[in-house]
Amino acid sequence: MAQKTPGLLSRFGADTAFMSFVAILMAFLYIPIWVLIAFSFNDSRSLTWPLSGFTLDWYRKLWSNSDLIAAIGNSFYVATLATVVTLAVGVPAAMVLHKFDFPGKSVFRRLILLPITLPGIVTGISMLNMFKLMGFPLSLETVILGHATALLGVVVTQVYARLQRLPPSLEEAAFDLGASPWRSFIDITLPNIRSAIIGAGLLSFVLSFDEIPVTFFLTGRDNTLPMYIYSTMRRGVTPEINAVGTIIVLLSLILIVVAVIATRERKK
Amino acid sequence: MSFLRRNLPGMLVMGIPLMWIALFMLLPYGIIVTYSFWLKKYPTFIPAFQFGNYITIFTDPQYVRVFLRTLKISVLVSAASFLLAYPFAYYLVFRCRSAALRTWLYMAVIAPLWVSYLLRAYIWKTILGTEGVLNSFLMSLGIINEPSSLFLYNQFAMVVTLTYIFIPFMVMPIYTALEKIPTNLTEASADLGMGPWRSFWTVTLPLSLPGVAAGFTLTFCLSFGDFIAPFLVGGPDGNLIANVIATQFGAALNWPLGSALAIVMLVVVLTIVSLSDRMERKGMTGGV
Repeated sequence: MAQKTPGLLSRFGADTAFMSFVAILMAFLYIPIWVLIAFSFNDSRSLTWPLSGFTLDWYRKLWSNSDLIAAIGNSFYVATLATVVTLAVGVPAAMVLHKFDFPGKSVFRRLILLPITLPGIVTGISMLNMFKLMGFPLSLETVILGHATALLGVVVTQVYARLQRLPPSLEEAAFDLGASPWRSFIDITLPNIRSAIIGAGLLSFVLSFDEIPVTFFLTGRDNTLPMYIYSTMRRGVTPEINAVGTIIVLLSLILIVVAVIATRERKK
Repeated sequence: MSFLRRNLPGMLVMGIPLMWIALFMLLPYGIIVTYSFWLKKYPTFIPAFQFGNYITIFTDPQYVRVFLRTLKISVLVSAASFLLAYPFAYYLVFRCRSAALRTWLYMAVIAPLWVSYLLRAYIWKTILGTEGVLNSFLMSLGIINEPSSLFLYNQFAMVVTLTYIFIPFMVMPIYTALEKIPTNLTEASADLGMGPWRSFWTVTLPLSLPGVAAGFTLTFCLSFGDFIAPFLVGGPDGNLIANVIATQFGAALNWPLGSALAIVMLVVVLTIVSLSDRMERKGMTGGV
């Protein structure tokens, strides 16, 4: 007993220390976001404490800003197509990594995963050089190709991880029953990796919607939303940016909830 | 014909990603390698084969300084993220007794990844600025009398901002690595009379190193190539390599030098990735 008491005490002490640490980390992560939201409703142009009063003016201003609305439209266009393309390339790539063995496979794997760690600026300028060399005009479509390349690794890691966890017996059974590789993919593999594909697709959409380094180099005259915000920021901080930011935070929150629900694996 | 039909799906499955990689990765990388040997000649640049751009990067003090600053900032960001992420992940895996709380806290750290990266950098500009939230807050409390310019437009601001942005990339791999450690190992070391600190140093920490390596790789490489946060909060001496690259493709119009800088960045990233790959593999075979 005499031995146990100090142990309990130090355990209690350690728990308190850990809890305070977690609380501080959460404050570090979330106070800034609350600051962003609070100032989007503040009725002063300057972002200084204390808050002066409540207003919805900054949100009203957003509505009448046609450049902003166009940028949002462009971002939806880019993110949707980039997601479709990156899935169309990434899902087969994950299948190749999962099923086939061939010389150079490790190089293939490394190349595909490279853009996850490779700063977007390298992808951006290398593709910029290529498009210029080929005389390809920069546009939202070149941005889409850039995003699809940069996001490939994200899709491949997520889908590949799910494929690895599928029991091989499933596909073997399909083959034994005479299904072609194509049929067994459509009927057996695809339904089993569906939630991983949806999750990867949602993440790609969000990352593409938000992308700057690649877009910065590959866009022509049209701006995406982050590029528009970025160019506004050069002129200084304004509550309008906080208002756009608050809307983005809200939409991200909705998407996270959708992603959690969509990718939740059915519990046995 | 039937051969084609039978093999078409397989060929498509292989072909699409291979062609994509060849066309949008290998070819562009090849082009910047080529450009990096070219020569800037007013008003544009001409084909050549010379190492002048690389020599400039490694000898011109202007570029050496930016390179060293970028290294320093990336190391500081990785270290700060590690110091915050490790105890947090450790708490979640080993100390947190409620599964629901664990899931919520983990989600809370990962969720900011879904919130615009640009906004997360911008927020710190509004907080740390001389006209910003922190200064006016401290003034309203009477802690300082006039706005301090200590917080924004310096390396401190960059480290805070980049840590804030990239910390999820440190938490995820460390959490995964800690989760994989079988609890009977720590129990065994406790049974053998080791105190909690010793079991941590001799059992838990070494087994989690692959996760730490992965976290360092991600945070380091991402900070190393960032040009948005330096632009927003870095100030006059806050240029990192990526800013210099962007300038070469913009105002400075020196694509050969910009390409050479990008190649250097590519080599640094590849080196770090393969080092950490090796560490992770070692950790896997040396581990359980």
